Amino acid sequence: MPSLKDLKNRIASVKATQKITKAMQMVAAAKLRRAQEAAEAARPYSQRMAAVMSNIAEAVGSGDDAPQLMTGTGKDDTHLLVVCTAERGMCGGFNSQIARFARDHVRRLVADGKTVKILCVGKKGYDILRREYASMIIERVDFRDVKQMSFAQAETVAEKVMGLFDQGGFDVCTLFYSEFKSVISQVPTAQQLIPASAGTADADASASAIYDYEPSAEEILEDLLPRSIKVQIFRALLENVAGEMGAKMSAMDNATRNAGEMIDKLSMSYNRQRQAQITKELIEIISGAEAL
Amino acid sequence: MADSFNFELVSPERLLLSATVSEVVIPGTDGEMTVMAHHAPTMTTIKPGVVTVVTSDGKSDRFVVFGGFVDILPEGCTLLAESAVAVTDIDRDDLGKRIQDAREDVADASSDAVRQKAQEYLDHLTTLEAAI
Repeated sequence: MPSLKDLKNRIASVKATQKITKAMQMVAAAKLRRAQEAAEAARPYSQRMAAVMSNIAEAVGSGDDAPQLMTGTGKDDTHLLVVCTAERGMCGGFNSQIARFARDHVRRLVADGKTVKILCVGKKGYDILRREYASMIIERVDFRDVKQMSFAQAETVAEKVMGLFDQGGFDVCTLFYSEFKSVISQVPTAQQLIPASAGTADADASASAIYDYEPSAEEILEDLLPRSIKVQIFRALLENVAGEMGAKMSAMDNATRNAGEMIDKLSMSYNRQRQAQITKELIEIISGAEAL
Repeated sequence: MADSFNFELVSPERLLLSATVSEVVIPGTDGEMTVMAHHAPTMTTIKPGVVTVVTSDGKSDRFVVFGGFVDILPEGCTLLAESAVAVTDIDRDDLGKRIQDAREDVADASSDAVRQKAQEYLDHLTTLEAAI
């Protein structure tokens, strides 16, 4: 049985923790709003980009002169997984969800006899994955000091990926991130980056118009593909930030509530013990008086 | 008054402008072009330069863009810029830094083709700096 003093200390410490989690929740809520705005602002660009891509890919077709980024190397032996996670913990199952999803993918690929390479974006994913797949991780990118995700960050990642591809480092590249559905739900998603899977977007009426290309369609496509990869990575990063903040918000909300419950329980037993002590003292005094 | 059409200027980070305009001057890779309503469907890449937008009520806005491409349809025009800023907000230091980077790219180019490309980009940037 803890003494009164112990209980008092516990209550004070849980209260302090609750204050911290509450503050973290509020910070996450503010950041979430900003992240959501950024993700929404970036949406028009990626939508247009997808429309244009499917359009132009149709025009060029998958002939021999189509760029390699689109057709792939023709092999399927080496896979590069770009795993995007958060830089910080304290956000519930957010990071482990993505890591688990990537891990399942790795297992499947390894079982099929493929070579797997991993590029970690974000510290947490690296921490989780290196336990099991340290030899597969070829590089990691940290955005620890980055306050606001911008296109420049996506560019650095994309350039690494494309540089590797140019050296023949891999055949297929898949991007792992968490899609932001709502504050309480983030869905881990895998998206194939290379070879670019164009043509999946619905070709609407205007898209089928016959275009003039300036310079040629092939040249534009060559210019467009790297850009489209950058945009996809950028979108993944933004979704991730929004998802991380959402997850952090609900995790911290839970923590605050749990701390509240714990304080209630502790104060209850503190009060009960205090009462018991008073009663005991009274009985001692009364019985002492009676004995006289 | 000329017919108007819809013009959108988007950068990866945000939608900069969405307006009804009567004409847009675009710095295409193969030369400057003016887009007006009912233009034939065209797609072109752009070089770093200044985009001039004349809105349907006659006001004109200028934006600096750094590469990207344009998708032109008879009923509208979309410019997807790598990055874009209004001329009034341009940061000269940033531009200077880009030029510096481009110079370095030219210096470290591994092959003639790459060097030529980098040199072209640098030329565009220096013309741009002189123009604004």
